[in-house]
Amino acid sequence: MSLLEIKGLHATVDGKEIIRGLNLKIQPGEVHAIMGPNGSGKSTLSYVLSGREGYEVTQGEAWLDIKHNLLEMSPDERARAGIFLGFQYPVEIPGVPAMTFLKTALNAHRAERGEDELDAMDFLKLVRQKAMDLGIGDDMLKRAVNVGFSGGEKKRSEILQMAILEPRLAILDETDSGLDIDALRVVADGINALRNEERGMLVITHYQRLLEYVVPDYVHILANGRIVRSGGKELALELEAKGYAEFLKAA
Amino acid sequence: MAADTQTIEQVQALGDQYKYGFVTDIDVDLAPKGLNENIVRLISEKKQEPAWLLEWRLRAYRHWLKMPEPKWAKVEFPPLDYQDAYYYAAPKLTEAPKSLDEIDPKLLETYEKLGIPLKEQEVLAGVAVDAVFDSVSVATTYKAKLEQMGIIFCSISEAVQTHPELVRKYLGSVVPYSDNKHATLNSAVFTDGSFVYIPEGVRCPVELSTYFRINQENTGQFERTLIIADRGAYVSYLEGCTAPMRDEHQLHAAVVELVALDDAEIKYSTVQNWYPGDEEGRGGIYNFVTKRGACRGRNSKISWTQVETGSAITWKYPSCILQGDNSVGEFYSVAITNNRQQADTGTKMIHIGKNTTSRIIAKGIAAGRSDSTYRGLVRMQRGAQGARNYTQCDSLLIGDKCGAHTVPYIECGNPTAQVEHEATTSRISDDQLFYCLQRGLSSEDAVSLIVNGFCREVLQTLPMEFAVEAQKLVGISLEGSVG
Repeated sequence: MSLLEIKGLHATVDGKEIIRGLNLKIQPGEVHAIMGPNGSGKSTLSYVLSGREGYEVTQGEAWLDIKHNLLEMSPDERARAGIFLGFQYPVEIPGVPAMTFLKTALNAHRAERGEDELDAMDFLKLVRQKAMDLGIGDDMLKRAVNVGFSGGEKKRSEILQMAILEPRLAILDETDSGLDIDALRVVADGINALRNEERGMLVITHYQRLLEYVVPDYVHILANGRIVRSGGKELALELEAKGYAEFLKAA
Repeated sequence: MAADTQTIEQVQALGDQYKYGFVTDIDVDLAPKGLNENIVRLISEKKQEPAWLLEWRLRAYRHWLKMPEPKWAKVEFPPLDYQDAYYYAAPKLTEAPKSLDEIDPKLLETYEKLGIPLKEQEVLAGVAVDAVFDSVSVATTYKAKLEQMGIIFCSISEAVQTHPELVRKYLGSVVPYSDNKHATLNSAVFTDGSFVYIPEGVRCPVELSTYFRINQENTGQFERTLIIADRGAYVSYLEGCTAPMRDEHQLHAAVVELVALDDAEIKYSTVQNWYPGDEEGRGGIYNFVTKRGACRGRNSKISWTQVETGSAITWKYPSCILQGDNSVGEFYSVAITNNRQQADTGTKMIHIGKNTTSRIIAKGIAAGRSDSTYRGLVRMQRGAQGARNYTQCDSLLIGDKCGAHTVPYIECGNPTAQVEHEATTSRISDDQLFYCLQRGLSSEDAVSLIVNGFCREVLQTLPMEFAVEAQKLVGISLEGSVG
C-alpha cells in the first residue's frame, strides 16, 4: 500500500503550468530524492502537496495513506494528517519563542489524534532530548522562531520540528542549501535518525552532495514539470557527471 | 453546601444593609431620562455628598453645556443625544437577565474559550443571581488585610464619606473638571469608581483590582477612579476584565486620575473588552476615556499598560505629566480592532522636570473594516533639562479593508532633551501564515500566535494572571479575520 500516490498531476502558478503530468508512488519506509534544474517544478511540487495558496491543481490526484485525498484538504489538515514540509527558507515569526511554536504545533497534532495536550514539563523533556541530538540549546528555543538564526540553525530547527511532529511523509525542500559541510552533516544525521519503516521522505535537492549523507532508495529527475527519469541512488552520480542538459533533451 | 448556605445568608444580610443604607428619602430609584442641573443635584443628594462636591459637579455641568465635542480624533459616529440617556439608577434596579439562558450564546461561547468559571460568567453577563457571593467574601478578606497596612481601597462614593479630605485634595487635580467634554460630563454625573490611597513607604502586597468590587455595585458608565501613591509607596492596579462585558449604556466616559509623590510608583493595567457591536457595527460601546497620571514627586514613576480589544469606538490617551525631577512615564499599548471597530488611542508625555524619561510602545492591530489610529504627544517643556523619550509604534494589518494610522506630535522646547520616534506598518505575511498552517495550526490559531508575537513586548508588562488571559483574548478578538 502506498504512503503517497500522485497520479497525472498538473498544476499552475499565476496561470502558468509548472507541473505537467507528474506520477509518483512512495511506499512506507522509502526515501525518494527529486533532482532537477532551476524552474523544473521541484518547489512547486512541494507546495502543491502541502496545499499552499496560489498553487492551483488543474488535473490529477494525490493520496496520502490511501485514505487522505490531499488535494481536497486544507493545508493545516494535510499537516495534521502527516505531511511535513521542511522549508527551503524557514520563515521568521517575531515575538513567538521557538518553544511556544513547537508546543502549539504539537498540541494541534495531538488534538487531531484525540490526545490530551502535553503538559509543560513533559513537553520540555521531550524537546530537550531531541534538541540536544541536533545540537540545539535552550537558548535557541527561547529565541523567536527563526529570528536571527543562522542558515544552519534554521535548518536544524526545521529538523527538530520534524522530529517532534513525527510526520508520515517529510518533504524536505533544498534542506542542504545554505549549509556548510559541518552543518550539513548534523542536519543529515538528524534526517537519518528519523528514517524508519513507516515514514516516507521526499528529498528535493539540486546537488548530489546531500545524497551522500542521506542515501535515497530512489532518485527521480524532474524536468519541465514531469519526471523524466527514475533510478536508484547511482542516478544522482550520473547526473552529477553529465549535468542536467542531457536529461532536459529527453523532456 | 453548608458553607455555601452560610455565605449566602451572610451576604444577604449585607445586601439588605446596603440597600437600606443607600436609599434616601427621595423616592425615585431611576431618575428620568435626560441631563439637567436637577439630575446632577439628585445624584449628589442620593450619595449624600458634601456641599463642596455638589458645587464642583455643578461647575462641571455648567461648563459642559458650553463645551464643543472633541473633533480631532479619527473616528466617526452620529452625534450623541445626551438627553436620551439615564444618568442615575439605583443599583440592582436596572433590568438584569435572570439566568445564563437569557444571555447571547455567542457571548457564552467566548467565556468558555477564555476558561471563565460559570459563576463568574454569570457576574460578567450581568445576571442578577447570587453568584457574587464568593467574590464578595474574597474581597472582604482582602480589604481587612489592606486596612491593617493603612491602604484605603474602596468605592469613590465611600471615600467621599470616609476620607473627604483626601478626595477633596486630589479629585480633579490631574484631570480638571474643565478638561474635555467627556471628562467634564463625568465630573458632573459620575456615580461610581474606585479610590485607592497607599500611605507613605507602603508597598501594596496584592494587585488591586476592580474585579474585587465588580459585584458590589454596577460598574457605571461614568466611572471615576482616583489613585494616590504617597512618598515611596507602590501599587499595581488592574482595571477591567478580559471577558466581554454586557452593558446597556452606549456611552462610557470614565476618568482615571493617578498621583505619584516622591519615589512612588503606580502601575496601572487595563484590559478593555466592552461590547464592540456586531459585525456590521451595530450597537457597541463608545469608550471615551480620560486617563492621566501626575508624577508630582522626584523619582516617581507611572506606568500604563492597556490591552484594548472591545468597544465600537475607543477614544483614550492615558498620559503622564512628568513634573518631578527624574520621574518616569511609560505607556505600553495593544489596540486590536476588527469588523467595524474604530480606535483612536495613544498617550501624552509631558516632560516638565529635569532628567525625566518616558517610553512609549504601541502596537495596533487592525482587521476587517476597522480603523486603528495611534495618536501621541511628546512634549519637552523648557525646563526639561536632559529629558528623554523613546517611542515605538508598530501597526499590523490583517486583510485589505482596514486602516492603520500613526499621528505623532513632538514638541521640543529644550535643546538638551532627546526624542526618538520609530514606527513600522506591516501585514501578516502569507509566508508566516502558511508556515504555521503547514505545522498543523488552524488559521485562527496561526493568526493568534503571530499577533501575540507582535504584541509580546507589551503583553509581558502585564501582571502574570492578566497576561495569560490577554493572550487568549488577542486570538478571540481576531476570530473570523482571515478566510
